[in-house]
Amino acid sequence: MEQYVVEMRGITKRFPGIIANDQVTLQLKKGEIHALLGENGAGKSTLMSVLFGFYQPEEGEIYVRGEKVEIKSPNVAHELGIGMVHQHFQLIDTFTVVENIILGDEPGGALVDYAKARQEVIDLSQQYGLNVNPDAKIEDISVGMQQRVEILKVLYRKADIIILDEPTAVLTPQEIDELIGIMKNFAAEGKSVILITHKLKEIMAVADRVSVLRQGKYIGTVDVASSSEEQLAEMMVGRKVSFAVEKGPANPGEDVLVIKDLWVKDQRGIDALEGLNLHLRRGEILGIAGVDGNGQQELVEAITGLRKVESGQILLSGEDIVSHPIRSRMEGGIAYIPEDRQRRGLVMDFRLDENLALKTYNKEPLSHGFLLDHEAIKEKAKEIIGLFDVRSSEGTETIVRNMSGGNQQKAIIGREVDLDPLVMIASQPTRGLDVGAIEYIHKRLIELRDDQKAVLLVSFELDEIMSVSDRINVIYHGRITGDVKPEETTTQELGLMMSGSKEGPLV
Amino acid sequence: MYKKRSHLTLSFIAILLSFLVASIVMILSGISPKGFFVSLIRTMTGMNLQAIGKEGFFNARYFGEFIQITLPIILTGLSVGFAFRTGLFNIGAEGQVIIGSFGAVAVGILFKLPLVLHVPLAIMAAMLLGALWGWIPGILKAKFGVHEVVITIMMNYMALYLGNFLIKALPGSDNQKTVTLHASSLLHSDFLRKLTGNSRLHWGFIAVILAIIVYHFILEKTTFGYELRAVGHNRDAAEYAGIKVPSRIAYSMAIAGAFAGLAGAMLSLGTFDYGRVLSTFENYGFDGIAVALLGGNSALGIFFSGLLFGGLKSSQTLMQASGIPLEIAMIVSALIILFVAMSYGIDKVLDALGSRREKKHESH
Repeated sequence: MEQYVVEMRGITKRFPGIIANDQVTLQLKKGEIHALLGENGAGKSTLMSVLFGFYQPEEGEIYVRGEKVEIKSPNVAHELGIGMVHQHFQLIDTFTVVENIILGDEPGGALVDYAKARQEVIDLSQQYGLNVNPDAKIEDISVGMQQRVEILKVLYRKADIIILDEPTAVLTPQEIDELIGIMKNFAAEGKSVILITHKLKEIMAVADRVSVLRQGKYIGTVDVASSSEEQLAEMMVGRKVSFAVEKGPANPGEDVLVIKDLWVKDQRGIDALEGLNLHLRRGEILGIAGVDGNGQQELVEAITGLRKVESGQILLSGEDIVSHPIRSRMEGGIAYIPEDRQRRGLVMDFRLDENLALKTYNKEPLSHGFLLDHEAIKEKAKEIIGLFDVRSSEGTETIVRNMSGGNQQKAIIGREVDLDPLVMIASQPTRGLDVGAIEYIHKRLIELRDDQKAVLLVSFELDEIMSVSDRINVIYHGRITGDVKPEETTTQELGLMMSGSKEGPLV
Repeated sequence: MYKKRSHLTLSFIAILLSFLVASIVMILSGISPKGFFVSLIRTMTGMNLQAIGKEGFFNARYFGEFIQITLPIILTGLSVGFAFRTGLFNIGAEGQVIIGSFGAVAVGILFKLPLVLHVPLAIMAAMLLGALWGWIPGILKAKFGVHEVVITIMMNYMALYLGNFLIKALPGSDNQKTVTLHASSLLHSDFLRKLTGNSRLHWGFIAVILAIIVYHFILEKTTFGYELRAVGHNRDAAEYAGIKVPSRIAYSMAIAGAFAGLAGAMLSLGTFDYGRVLSTFENYGFDGIAVALLGGNSALGIFFSGLLFGGLKSSQTLMQASGIPLEIAMIVSALIILFVAMSYGIDKVLDALGSRREKKHESH
């Protein structure tokens, strides 16, 4: 029998009402990059939390290097050489890289031996090609570099089984390439990597083998070399998935949204948009490409009225709406799928029908004067639920918190499309969603476009921007630095524009 | 998805646990829990379980007094609950009661009107002043982001001292109280008095029933209530939906203040017939927090939990008479709060017990 460095056999983890892992098996070889693939809610995180000692399984056994172990806490996991890079970084902004890395495991006695720690960090960084400045403060370095600090934390603790949780979500294409290189270095050094992801491209690019989970069940493990994206997607979703976004040519009409010399400050009072210009036409999807934090959120919030504009103009069908309140912009035809659906888009403790009425509760037929018409609200909700295939356990009465992310997003999209808007602002509409839901949402956006609506798509996923948009604007440091057509550019070129190394043509 | 136990179930568990723990405390300190429960039941129903079939089994006076004491507690419960549904913590019901109470007293003394006008006017004055006292922290929160808890606590003290000052300033007041209010402004009822063996039960109960209905109506049936609840659950989403969040916060606090102000009217127009100089807080506002918490901020829940806390409060006299220290009733009240606050943990413990039992079944 082959020796596995980690073997999880028949793991079952129940939560009240659901079985998060049902007899799941995972076998990790030494020196391999093993992808763990599954949709949201498939049980990937639960399985890794079991391996990392956050949860105790009800059934099943875990073997590490051939020995049966009980991982009662993350400390036990550390001792076994298991390290995890979380999706949300756990760094202290005002500490330096070295200080963050040694936190909780400081060398020396009562006095911390910084020199030794620093040298060790430099050595590790060089060994694996991590290229990290040990003395920089976290707040001053890029997200990609912060992630490498997280990786160094794991290495510093001598882990040789490394779990990476959705590591590419926040990276530019170039940074993703670097990360892939780093992972390959690990494998070459004999370390084993578990890569949690739902992105098939990355798996094809980096992983040796992949295990697929679906609805808590173990579907199977395949060699990546003898597999294809289509096959993996089918295993993950349980049916055939079409990747190519099917769309006819765009047929853009006149400008509906024109932004001129827009200046907006962020929360800290620092300029986030510095004289941004763009125009959006009827019947087109304009993709905004850029690395997180270059003013995307401020742009979207300025258009929808959630954020104050310092100067400049936002013209909706020729009328400047800069000083209009949120509601009158809504009524003027701006619909908005917010980037953070749980914080902005939904009242999580409201019922589904109440959420679907969030923008129309005060209008006929959902209310008459100041009285709500609960029957009409329910009817309207049923209509949207039917049209947009929103699934939930208790129909209109389901508390939205108990719905899956994909269905929450479908509910928002249904509500916003139902407003029959002129302009749809879709800010990261597919973030954190599975393949099936992404496919669905793309289809809906294209339908809107074909219906001669204008769609502004903000996304950090370049693939999405490339495949869905009719025109792409690159945003960098609060300005549009390129206006290109997807068929006339490449991911690499966009990546360069996104990092400010290249300016594109401006229309 | 996993379904939580309902608030109702957990509230009942909290009440049972608190009675259980209080009984243990009583046994340990050599007091018979039986006396406690007999007093509580006698207060809330008028029935003396130790005299079944005997003379004096039923005394309506206890019941009348119990309702009379409960009325302002239900109202402060509504006050705290209403603000809470908008995500605001109204610690200021105490002060709103005091100021509202003054409003009713002032109208009752300074005006001379026919009853049909005088009573509504006095009640309205109480509600308006209470609303004003709630609106101030509301508007400060809405405009400047000052935390309502800080302001309302401060305004409780302002209400106490300002209230006393104003009460003493009314014509004819001495250092303890005002003159008697004009009879046309009072909620007193000879009919209800006679019906309940000369208790202080008054017409105010009608206002309380109306208040409960209005509370439910605003929150559940109107677009305004929908906005308040949206703000309460998720301010960001409410803003996203175009709801004017600051204005809703100010309104919500004002309405909360109006409920508490009405409680003040119950006291000065119903329980008493004069305005009182207070040496310290009477804790109606703080009782309201407990009532709202146990009642889960719903109209009906607040009604029933108000009855329970009112019962505990009004049974203290009877308990003392039968040799039970009045602290016991307070211990029970405190324990209820404790166990409601612990309901998340209790839920978890019950889950664990449940799954252990399942496992046992499996292994057999």
